[in-house]
Amino acid sequence: MTEVSVAKDVVAGTSDLVVLKSVNKHFGALHVLQDIDLTIATGEVVVVIGPSGSGKSTLCRTINRLEGVDSGEILIDGKPLPAEGKELARLRADVGMVFQSFNLFAHKTVLENVMLGQLKVRKTDKQKAEEKARALLDRVGVGTQADKYPAQLSGGQQQRVAIARALAMDPKVMLFDEPTSALDPEMINEVLEVMQQLARDGMTMVVVTHEMGFARSAANRVVFMADGRIVEEAVPDQFFSNPRSDRAKDFLSKILHH
Amino acid sequence: MFDFLEGYDVLGAFWTTVQLTLLSAVGSLVWGTILAGMRVSPVPLMRGFGTAYVNIVRNIPLTVIIVFTSLGLANVFGVTLGASGDFATMFFRLAVLGLSAYTATFVCEALRSGINTVPVGQAEAARAIGLSFTQVLTLIVLPQAFRTVIGPLANVLIALTKNTTVAAAIGVAEAAALMKTMIENEAQLLLIATIFALGFVVLTLPTGLLLGWLSKRLAVKR
Repeated sequence: MTEVSVAKDVVAGTSDLVVLKSVNKHFGALHVLQDIDLTIATGEVVVVIGPSGSGKSTLCRTINRLEGVDSGEILIDGKPLPAEGKELARLRADVGMVFQSFNLFAHKTVLENVMLGQLKVRKTDKQKAEEKARALLDRVGVGTQADKYPAQLSGGQQQRVAIARALAMDPKVMLFDEPTSALDPEMINEVLEVMQQLARDGMTMVVVTHEMGFARSAANRVVFMADGRIVEEAVPDQFFSNPRSDRAKDFLSKILHH
Repeated sequence: MFDFLEGYDVLGAFWTTVQLTLLSAVGSLVWGTILAGMRVSPVPLMRGFGTAYVNIVRNIPLTVIIVFTSLGLANVFGVTLGASGDFATMFFRLAVLGLSAYTATFVCEALRSGINTVPVGQAEAARAIGLSFTQVLTLIVLPQAFRTVIGPLANVLIALTKNTTVAAAIGVAEAAALMKTMIENEAQLLLIATIFALGFVVLTLPTGLLLGWLSKRLAVKR
């Protein structure tokens, strides 16, 4: 990967928060992650793009070990990712995750969704948890929906609740796995705006997305993946106006000109 | 016409049936839920135990299990369940134990199919906020699984109600035992059989209706 050279001057933070070292993963015969090296600094917003099947979602899911890896090392805040068990659960609480399909707990109200992790993992007392949950719901613009069930909300509202649920754990880093891909077009912006605000507030974010506008405006760095490899890493302006690899040029020509 | 009923405690016998049913229902619900948890657990030993238990116990005739609790557990191993000397209580408790052990396998399998209807994303989201396996199961997956299998569980409960008649085999004085006695002593065979058949319908019909209504009311909207 000779093409990889990261523009260090745009890195927002100072210390490395998430480090992946030669990570490999197979799904049966498919080598879905091939020798992935990636470092994400505190406060940095990294957008991962690439064609479908390139391994970008899998990469995102390995960072909180929803997917295990076959070889290589993943460090969060300097600590290696523990194996399954209590240690791992504790680490996951520090890594917020937002899914493509929202995955709000269907049998709990919006408010309960945002309180659950605080009560059961952080052992916050109920009143504090509720105050915080309501504040977060207000922050993402769904405060008035607190007592409804997820199925009563629109996709955009559900995804914003999902973001609030992740934020309630005070995560060190937030992972977004195609957060707008399941949304109707008119709801995409309300979710992206919340994410933009988060990025401005200095949250460390890894965002797998097809929203090139978001990548341009909010990312410190774009990581382009194809066929299980990181093909190119660059600042957004450089990547979109002057991609170096043929694979990235090909990808961008398909999505940007129509 | 109903003179032959005199001297028989039909209501008392059905009360024993109800007690057998309710206690076994609670026992099998608890044990069946634990078994279901084992069957979806990430620990191979637990999975193995759960699978083996379900496949062995549900394939043994209930009569054999109930008779085993008496001849095996009580006579050979001296298990009295805290009622040594009081045989009526002891056999009643042994019957509850046998019925629970047997019915739990059906509860477990109903629940497991319910667990399979809960989208994988629910458990993933729960793990992602740092919940442990047990918390994911008890807070997120099982509450949703239970709501989808209230219908099948009603079937299990109805079957259990009728299966309590097997307890007569070890001398528990429930409805079927009384029916046998009455058939031996009285002439009105058809009438006696009808009365007991109706008695069971009166017990099980409301169960089915109530749980059917509950399953609609508690359904998880997605």
